[in-house]
Formats: sequence, C-alpha cells, structure tokens
Amino acid sequence: MSRSAPKGSPRPPAQLAESPALLRTSKLVKVYRADGVTVEAVRGVDIELAIGEFVAIMGPSGSGKSTLLHVLGGLEPVTSGEIWLRGQRVDRLSTAAWAVLRRQHIGFVFQFFNLLSNMTVADNVELPALLAGVTPRQARKRREELLAELGIADKAGAAPARLSGGEQQRVALARALANEPSLLLADEPTGNLDSSNTRDVLRLLRRAHAGGQAILMVTHDARVASLADRVINLFDGMVADDAKMVPIPRTMNGVSDVLELRG
Amino acid sequence: MRQPLLALLAKEPAHGYELKLALEQTFGQAYPSPNIGQIYVTLKRLEQDGLVRSQDVEQATRPNKRVYELTPAGREALRAWVDEPSDGPRIRDEFFIKLILAPRAGLADRMELMNSQRRHYLGIMRSLTELQADTDPADTPARLLIEGAVLHLQADLDWLERCQEELV
Repeated sequence: MSRSAPKGSPRPPAQLAESPALLRTSKLVKVYRADGVTVEAVRGVDIELAIGEFVAIMGPSGSGKSTLLHVLGGLEPVTSGEIWLRGQRVDRLSTAAWAVLRRQHIGFVFQFFNLLSNMTVADNVELPALLAGVTPRQARKRREELLAELGIADKAGAAPARLSGGEQQRVALARALANEPSLLLADEPTGNLDSSNTRDVLRLLRRAHAGGQAILMVTHDARVASLADRVINLFDGMVADDAKMVPIPRTMNGVSDVLELRG
Repeated sequence: MRQPLLALLAKEPAHGYELKLALEQTFGQAYPSPNIGQIYVTLKRLEQDGLVRSQDVEQATRPNKRVYELTPAGREALRAWVDEPSDGPRIRDEFFIKLILAPRAGLADRMELMNSQRRHYLGIMRSLTELQADTDPADTPARLLIEGAVLHLQADLDWLERCQEELV
C-alpha cells in the first residue's frame, strides 16, 4: 500500500527504548466471571510482534483467539499480565486512553465488517481520521486513495448495506487503514466471505503487509494464515506453537501431491 | 497416466512430447509434471495392448517423430473410463496412524507431532497460495485444480484441529 510515511522505516529510537517489539505481552491472562462461573479464556500468553510483521493466530474455537485479540486492542480489560505497544505499557490504560490509542495506532477489522449502516462508505472511512483531528480535506484525500487502491472508488456514496460482503470488508479494511495504524488487528476477516472475495481480501492484506503494515490476525482459514510471517497456534488459552512460515518448495513432494490425479 | 493420454489422443493424434506439454498446459503447475520417459513407456504399453497405434513421421531437419493415434479398442476403453464413477480421493491417513501409534510407543509427543504436521501443511498452503497468485485466472482447469488442493488441505488442517481438541 502506498502511504505518506512508509511503515517499514525504523521509528525514532526514543520510542523503542523499552523494547524493539511493536507489540509484546507478558503472562497475559483474561478470566471471565459471570454468575459464579469462571472461564479462563487466556492463560498466560507471551507473544511478540515486530514492526511490520504479519502474524496469524490459529486454534480451535474456544481456544481464546478472539479474546486475545480483543484484549490486545483494548476492547476488553486484562485480568493480569502486561501489554506493551510501541514501548509503552498499555494494559492499565483507562477506556478513554485506549480509545485515543486505538485511533492513533490500531486498526480493527472484524468478521462481520461492523460498518456504520446510517453513513455512506466515504463517511465510514473518513470518520476515524476526522476523530483523530485530521482536516476534512486530508481525510477525504486519504479516503479517496484507499478506496481507489481497494477497487471500490465508485462505491463512495453508497450505503454499506447496498454492498456485497466482499465490498463491505474492503470498506472495513479502508477504515482500519485510514489512520495509518502501527498495528492492524483482524478477527476472522474472511470468515464471512466466499472464495473469490477471500482471494481479493488476501491480495489486499498481502499488499498492505508488503507496504510495511504490521498485522495480527485471528483466522481459521489456512490460506490467509499461510500468508503470514509467523503462525501462532493457541490451544486452551495458551500458546501451543509459534512458528515461522516456511513455504514448501513447489518442486518438492507435497504441493503437487495434495491432489493425486489418477487415471 | 494411461487414461489422460488416451483422452488427449481422442481429440487428435500427437507425439509423446506434445502430450506432455498438453498435460502441463492444461493443468498448470499444481499438476505433478509427468516425465517424458514415463509418457513414452505408457504409450508403448498402450500400443502393446492395442489401444493406440503409431507411425513414424519424417521431419526435414530433425529425427523422425512417432505419432500416436487412438484405435477403436482405445476409444472403447476410454468410453468405459469416462462412464464409470471415480473414487473419492484417498484420505491422508499416514499422519493419523503416526499420531495414534507413535505416542503409545513413547516415540513422540502428540502435541509436537501435530505442531510439526501443521507447519508442514501451512508451508504447502503457502506455496499453493503463491501458485494461485501466479496462475492466470483465465486458465480455468489449472485454477480449479489449485483450488481443489487448497480445499483438501484446509480439510486436513481442520481434521488436525479436531484431533488436537480430542486427543490432547
């Protein structure tokens, strides 16, 4: 993705004095308590995400993936443990401080798009920038760039409900990227899309990542996960595996053996 | 290898190398490329079985080439193949047997086995996604073959996840 300030370039060292990681957690725990029932959704997670890195989180349903993502985005408070974002400890921030942090540094994409239905596509994408104090002119310019890049420039004036699922997810992606966030958090972004729309969203994510965008994404879809630099497997609220992606060379057995064509 | 060659020859006579190219061009890079020796051996056997016949065609600047064509018996065999339903793909059970038996014998940790298998599947998936990106969308058979491979692999990964849920 073209952006006014390339995300791949190193940030000022002062901001990174505490930690070279963009995001880091230490012994992160999230427990839900309701009606005397206790659910330990996240049980001591240590993960790290480097600047510009693309990490996928996989795992069975109920393994704590979405909870982890929500906690990392400040949508839900932690029970214990630490979250560091850009060298700053953020797990103790107030709701209001989290809102400011998200506006400046975190983009969110959800499975069900979560667009504001009573606003146009253009307004949905411009809103985060306007909230962050950008001038209307700049917000419009950024919106036009993003919608053009995502191939939906002609939908600017439409209501989200008039768009297909794939188009809505592209709008959601544009909105998430509007403020050039340090970190894009995505929760099953292709979970509600058919395979051709999934392919489009994949292409866009890959392009964003190539442009230096750091992405932390929960997904069930192995196609999406396989694009990541690293795949974390969450099981029972804990990290069961954390592995760099190693593509299998096409010439090796495997790729052309997935389907054995007989005859 | 027999039936694809018969099916190609049913369209028009061809020599061995043309058949190899036709297979590669039709099914794209996800297709395990047949080696030319394998093709010649298969053609020879088909000829012995009376399903194809061949003749040498002179070429001005190169050695003669042997052009194959379908016989009536070959067309009949091909008809029978087309008419019968095909078996579903085999389930990839080797890993599953390993997963069940190896920990029992104290040879491996189940979680580690699953982790390394998942890494392997994801690595293949990555290559398939790259292949997909490099494949011309207009190239329908090649594109669908890759998509089939992707869907099977996704099923393997889902199954692995089910194993993880129940066995760990």
